[in-house]
Amino acid sequence: MIYIQLFFSFLQVGLFSFGGGYAAMPLIQNQVVIQNGWLNMAEFTDLVTISQMTPGPIAINAATFVGIKVAGMLGAIATTLGCIFPSCVIVTIIAALYFKYQSMTFLQNVLNTLRPAVVAMIAAAGISILISTFWGSRTAIEFADTKWSFVLLFGSCFVLLRKWKVSPIWVMILAGVANVIISFIIEIIHG
Amino acid sequence: MKDKGKILWKLFLSTLYLSAFTFGGGYVIVTLMKKKFVDQYHWIQEEEMLDFIAIAQSTPGPIAVNGAIVIGYELCGVIGALTAIIATIIPPFFTISLISVCYAAVRDNWFISKMLEGMQAGVGAVIASTVYEMGQGMIRKGNTCSMIIMIGAFVATCIFEINVIYVILVCGGIGVLQSLIAKGEEK
Repeated sequence: MIYIQLFFSFLQVGLFSFGGGYAAMPLIQNQVVIQNGWLNMAEFTDLVTISQMTPGPIAINAATFVGIKVAGMLGAIATTLGCIFPSCVIVTIIAALYFKYQSMTFLQNVLNTLRPAVVAMIAAAGISILISTFWGSRTAIEFADTKWSFVLLFGSCFVLLRKWKVSPIWVMILAGVANVIISFIIEIIHG
Repeated sequence: MKDKGKILWKLFLSTLYLSAFTFGGGYVIVTLMKKKFVDQYHWIQEEEMLDFIAIAQSTPGPIAVNGAIVIGYELCGVIGALTAIIATIIPPFFTISLISVCYAAVRDNWFISKMLEGMQAGVGAVIASTVYEMGQGMIRKGNTCSMIIMIGAFVATCIFEINVIYVILVCGGIGVLQSLIAKGEEK
């Protein structure tokens, strides 16, 4: 049955992907394109684009998309459930252990050393987003090629967030609208 | 303690909202969860939130889903975790169903692509702002060891692109060593 196949394919994706959506992509490609032939490579490329450009967790977007393409709504339910099932079990167990032993000095020490690392890793994720926004990719960092309108947009958003405490979701929507207007003006100037 | 039903409902609505409007995947959603549950509702301590993010990153599966599970579990146990999961997966279900029908048109639309490009700059600013706050908190405590770990982990992930799992394992290992040494000194 296709639903069971879809469920088990994405169960493997959920179980073996560490580090979120981008890390899950090669696993999804292996399951969907290579092993089962549900999508061809061009469709898979579309899948990557769509999962990134729609809101929500990237891996869940990808799972839903494959499910719908292969077997409609029920397929999407099968893939999504498969993708989150390992998380549900593993994270719930770890959360339960965490809350049980949270006050232990030993665990506190370990967590104390982890916390600064987590801040650093979020910073690294932020920087890779900024690099791809300002230059397109890591390999293309060149001062002359900087897209200054995005740097300006980033700066304004930062001020809105820090100084006027505007809600992050509004800031993101504003940034999107501002870029549409800026691009429109640029296109008019360049004819 | 506040009414449990009320908390569940608020948890459901805020996770649904974050999943429906957050572009850029797990890290961005987790950053916004911190804003919502730590800064706005004061349901969770900032330090606890960092632990949750560490758990969400080092367990398999989507980071946003893992984060939602720990937060839900902390607030209302297993029911809370289930509520948060359901709220996280409902929005993609609808947006993707809609988009899969006409995805070529959506992908090639000038307006949408400019909108998304601009939003990326906004996402960067949201993460930068949160890192600034959390980093300040870390620096204020003035612990040299934390500073070294923060800089080391940053260099490892950002410059050398080492997988976060290894960074977490190594930092956890340093923590274990530290507490063993501290114990030895007590004796």
